[in-house]
Amino acid sequence: MCHTFPALTSDRSSRICSLLYKHGSSMASNSSGSDSSDRQRIAQQRLSVIAGHLQRPVEGNSGILAAECKAQGDKLDVSSERRTVPRRRQEIMKWNGWGYSDSKFLYNKKGQAEFTGKRYRLSGMIIPGLREWMESTFGANLQHKTPAAPILNSSAVQPPTLNEAFLKELKSTGIPFSHDAEDRVFRSHGHCLHEIFALREGKIGRVPDLVVWPNCHNDVVKIVELACKHNVCLMPYGGGTSVSSALECPPEETRSIVSLDTSQMNRILWIDEKNLTAHVEAGIVGQDLERLLNESGYCTGHEPDSMEFSSLGGWVATRASGMKKNIYGNIEDLVVHIKMVTPQGVIEKSCQGPRMSTGPDVHHFIMGSEGTLGVVTEVTMKIRPMPEYQKYGSVVFPNFEMGVACLREVARQRCAPASIRLMDNEQFKFGHALKPQVSSIFTSFLDGLKKFYITKFKGFDPNRLCVATLLFEGDREKVLQHEKQVYDIAAKFGGLAAGEDNGQRGYMLTFVIAYLRVVLGFKYTLVLDICRNVKARIVRECKDKGVQFPPLSTCRVTQTYDAGACVYFYFAFNYRGLSDPVHVYEQVEHAAREEILANGGSLSHHHGVGKLRKEWMRETISSVGMGMLRSVKDYVDPNNIFGNRNLL
Amino acid sequence: MASEAVYSHRDPMLKKRDDFEDILEERRNSSDLRYALKCYTPVLYKGLTPCKVSELKQMVLQSDQLGYVITQVSKEKGMTTDEVTGDAAAILEEMAQRLQLSTVRFFAFTLSKVFKTLFRSICVNEEGLQRLQQAIHNHPVVLLPSHRSYMDFLLMSYILYTYDLALPVIAAGMDFMGMKVVGEMLRMSGAFFIRRSFGGDKLYWAVFSEYVKIMLKNGYAPVEFFLEGTRSRTAKSLTPKLGLLNIVMDPFLKGEVFDISLVPVSISYERTLEEALYARELLGVPKPKESTSGLFKARKILSEDYGSIHVYFGQPVSVRSLAESRVNRSQFNLIPRHIPTRPSEEILSFVNDSAYRLVRAQEENMVLKPWVLLAFVLLQKQAAEDKQGTALDEFTEQAVWLRDLSRHYGAFLHWPDHIPPSEVVSSSLSLHRGLVRISEGRVQLALEQVGGQQVPGETRSAITPEEELLNQAVVILSCVSYRNQALNVFIRPALLASAIHTAASNRKQEIYNGFSFLRNMFSNEFILCPGATVQDFEEACYLLVKTGALQINQQEVLITERGHRTLAFLTSVLDPFLQGYQVVCRFLCEEDCLTEKQFIPAVRKFIIKHLLTGRLRYIEVLSSDLQKNALAALIRLGAVQKIKGGEEQGTLKLNKVMLNSLEDTLGGKLPTQKSVVAHL
Repeated sequence: MCHTFPALTSDRSSRICSLLYKHGSSMASNSSGSDSSDRQRIAQQRLSVIAGHLQRPVEGNSGILAAECKAQGDKLDVSSERRTVPRRRQEIMKWNGWGYSDSKFLYNKKGQAEFTGKRYRLSGMIIPGLREWMESTFGANLQHKTPAAPILNSSAVQPPTLNEAFLKELKSTGIPFSHDAEDRVFRSHGHCLHEIFALREGKIGRVPDLVVWPNCHNDVVKIVELACKHNVCLMPYGGGTSVSSALECPPEETRSIVSLDTSQMNRILWIDEKNLTAHVEAGIVGQDLERLLNESGYCTGHEPDSMEFSSLGGWVATRASGMKKNIYGNIEDLVVHIKMVTPQGVIEKSCQGPRMSTGPDVHHFIMGSEGTLGVVTEVTMKIRPMPEYQKYGSVVFPNFEMGVACLREVARQRCAPASIRLMDNEQFKFGHALKPQVSSIFTSFLDGLKKFYITKFKGFDPNRLCVATLLFEGDREKVLQHEKQVYDIAAKFGGLAAGEDNGQRGYMLTFVIAYLRVVLGFKYTLVLDICRNVKARIVRECKDKGVQFPPLSTCRVTQTYDAGACVYFYFAFNYRGLSDPVHVYEQVEHAAREEILANGGSLSHHHGVGKLRKEWMRETISSVGMGMLRSVKDYVDPNNIFGNRNLL
Repeated sequence: MASEAVYSHRDPMLKKRDDFEDILEERRNSSDLRYALKCYTPVLYKGLTPCKVSELKQMVLQSDQLGYVITQVSKEKGMTTDEVTGDAAAILEEMAQRLQLSTVRFFAFTLSKVFKTLFRSICVNEEGLQRLQQAIHNHPVVLLPSHRSYMDFLLMSYILYTYDLALPVIAAGMDFMGMKVVGEMLRMSGAFFIRRSFGGDKLYWAVFSEYVKIMLKNGYAPVEFFLEGTRSRTAKSLTPKLGLLNIVMDPFLKGEVFDISLVPVSISYERTLEEALYARELLGVPKPKESTSGLFKARKILSEDYGSIHVYFGQPVSVRSLAESRVNRSQFNLIPRHIPTRPSEEILSFVNDSAYRLVRAQEENMVLKPWVLLAFVLLQKQAAEDKQGTALDEFTEQAVWLRDLSRHYGAFLHWPDHIPPSEVVSSSLSLHRGLVRISEGRVQLALEQVGGQQVPGETRSAITPEEELLNQAVVILSCVSYRNQALNVFIRPALLASAIHTAASNRKQEIYNGFSFLRNMFSNEFILCPGATVQDFEEACYLLVKTGALQINQQEVLITERGHRTLAFLTSVLDPFLQGYQVVCRFLCEEDCLTEKQFIPAVRKFIIKHLLTGRLRYIEVLSSDLQKNALAALIRLGAVQKIKGGEEQGTLKLNKVMLNSLEDTLGGKLPTQKSVVAHL
């Protein structure tokens, strides 16, 4: 039952160790002493080693050439086609929903729920409990379906407003671009409910007029220069997973809007194994970054729930947080160096030292700037050797209060595993409903026995109990030791170990849940009260707004910190009988957010502000704080070239 | 929305109110014992984790809040934390309730017997109780009954027991503790005892507030307390006290509960048990110390017909909706919850406004008996020196006129319409036969008669004029306490009528100024929400225009032909208070050196002198309540200053110029814009 990851074979580790490292000083990374050709040589050498790790045909060499960038090389396309995100994203992804086209929930002919595709552990499985859960929880019913507009109707898209002079000069640079309607629509939205709903109904508002695909940093420099010269509005686009309306084109924008899609800037430029850093182009998506690093025995450990699609640049621009931040840290802890192209020029620090006392950290103007100041092109990130051993786990608590107390204690003792999450009762039931059909009678018998043990023998109330899912990583021995420590603490709070399988399913749920439109999360310090109040507020608002069935209103604690925690709230309701469900949704979400702020929560833990949460910025960071941000924007981008109007 | 229900004054006639059900009727037809032993399974708060009284105490003693204060106090006083914790435990022991079902059953049995002999009926609005049940299930509940009698909280628990609702824990004054057995019995029926004043005692405050909050937050039981702080001796609602309301709102403001329901309850007695007791107290005979034997004696003397009681459970008011868009709750997150903080100005004013709303909600749902209106007529006749009394049919006509007027103003009048008015009047009069005398078809207050009864065995000649006056005052103040029950119905129109009366012209602005002055002057006397002058003025105008007494255009206010009677009546409603305040001003003008303690006896002597010489008409001015309110108003307005500390502690510093001009303005001799208003 142990899901160990392929351990580092001795021969691979020796290969890594044999990698040359020039600098004697163990301080930071590249010192300024080396001349450029030298550096290039080392980089080349290192990359060929990496290429070896990648175990790809030799031609891959051209794909990961460090120092130079081939702007219009077809060869580059060859390499990126192996990557997850092609230029024409619509070929593999839904244009009007989350994720891959081949993965979705549907009811099969027998009326059972099924998750299609091959990509996930749940894919291709029948989920017998889901339908009943849907029906009992919020009266969702087979007979009431809302069909989506199946394909994009190009005539519904406004013709592009093109800036001819800009276009002409852009053509001369050879950077690929497109003003095809599908390409433009695909980059006009993130994944807020209202955005997806509008697409499903075939309603299309202001969309970018042009999409460009720079291949490297220098391409971006050229594009930004041209945009400034011709007064064109630029909107950086990474993974397109925003849930803050950050990608919505401001309807009042009269200039030509150019969507700058970073997806083709997706190479790892170098890995520095001595200093454990990797220099990566910002357009790479999480799963590629992780996969490529894994191939050389490393990982960043940054695993936001959206990592299948979200990009490194997007993480930096929104101050993202990963599931395993307890070991690896959040993006601000992981980033060592950033290169960003702004209308005033390129900003980067002169060294890659781990810490500087040089006034306020300029990285913090970049992290969380949400595309309002420029385009992040390259990032140096910390990397870690891949963990030798990984183990899931789960603990059942008699109630949410006990679970929270346990998490608090774990955080106090600073022994949090790579990830520890606490699902409330509603979500536990949902997780249960997502259990695939069991293959053998024995398994189902075992399940029944477990249920009996917990509810009857231990006296847990099935309507109150909640589950914490755990993920341990590290040396096998340490993991086992760590696991014992955490389970011992849990036992003090009435927790019962509930097996690896439950834990793993909990994490799988994270990726799959996105396919069932449920949204959003934030943070806290007064977890219990905030959870109760926000959930109650959601239920009340839904009732006030005429939602016929009680909504699903649920939460989970996803991160613990020394001084607080991060809580996700999910809510879903059956919109049958509502004339404007999106509006109701927005009102409820608005109310929930006010409730969170009133209860001492923050505006956003890691999704950013975008346009959705702008109205609360002033009260969150004070007028002076707003002025500080404003003056940075005014200096860096006086003509509002990066005009997505997020944040401020 | 609940908040609207509390505030709406647009058309009081249209206010929908529930019907009543008599709970004594069933008691008269079935066994009290079976009733007392019935199966009692109330609906509880959905989030409740049941706990014992001792666990509750442990939770208080172990709370972070109390822990913080204990550490603080131990540092300040140089004691060990164990010692301070011991003190805290002792305070808690003295305070805590020990709700016991057996005691409740005992009370249910005895009270059934007592109530049946004392009262004709106890009427309750069952819909209100259903709403309450719902509220108890959904949120922690605070019950806020009006307070006119000792009976109030026994009655509340009795009703809740009858309807199978969760029994409340009740904040009671420490004075009950003096009654040994009864005190303990009350404790076992859910009362917890608090000291009347504990201003500087940090530890006491911490234990007390934590105790209340923990009971409330956990939904252990509804918390009941009296917003007015003490029994109103005059039957007028008292200015609300904010301490406890502040405490019970705190868990919501700090986000510890989703919402709290505040349920105003209006209890009205057709005849108050403490009628004459209150009158004597107001006249300066000190209140007898609460003692068990005293209570029994009172019970023996008072074993006669007290008519009926009406209890109205109002619409639950959600603290959440009260706070909506008024309070920025995120301010509470910058300081850890367990550190006690003084509420900010913003919060204090929010709590104060809420308290006024709630008291007004109590007033509006207070059932008024016909006798209350008769009291108006009787007192006005008496003040008009009508020695012969009024002929019964004229009396009835006036009562009917007043009935219609009060209904137009939204009074919750319980006047049986299917019975001829003359019968309603005569049955009301007979219930209060101690206060009225009917001879030869004429009605008047029984002034001399009572005087005779008060001093049996002595000849009339032995009574000094002063004693005779005081005896008359007992009757008058008893009667006043009934009239006062309906004052809230008339007060805004009455302020307007008086402003019109004294204004030199018809100009709306001038009348508004006069209204605003009077309203400000009397805001210690009546429940007038602070800062709502404009709304009150509009409400008064609306009512008077609606009933055809006034015509108001952009600039002017005009009295209509038929409006004169209404306005004359309304002016006479406020007149005793106007004259009372004037006399207090006059008295203070003539004084040189006075301490706060000397004030009441001295002003009483001054007033008696004026009454005996016939310079003052209203005997009710002898009420110490009015005198205290007047002084408080003058202090608030700055005409009198109370010196704090030093040798002259408690001395009143008088601003004669201002007192003089206030007196003149009240008497209508000075226009309101001048001098005085400038000072205000």
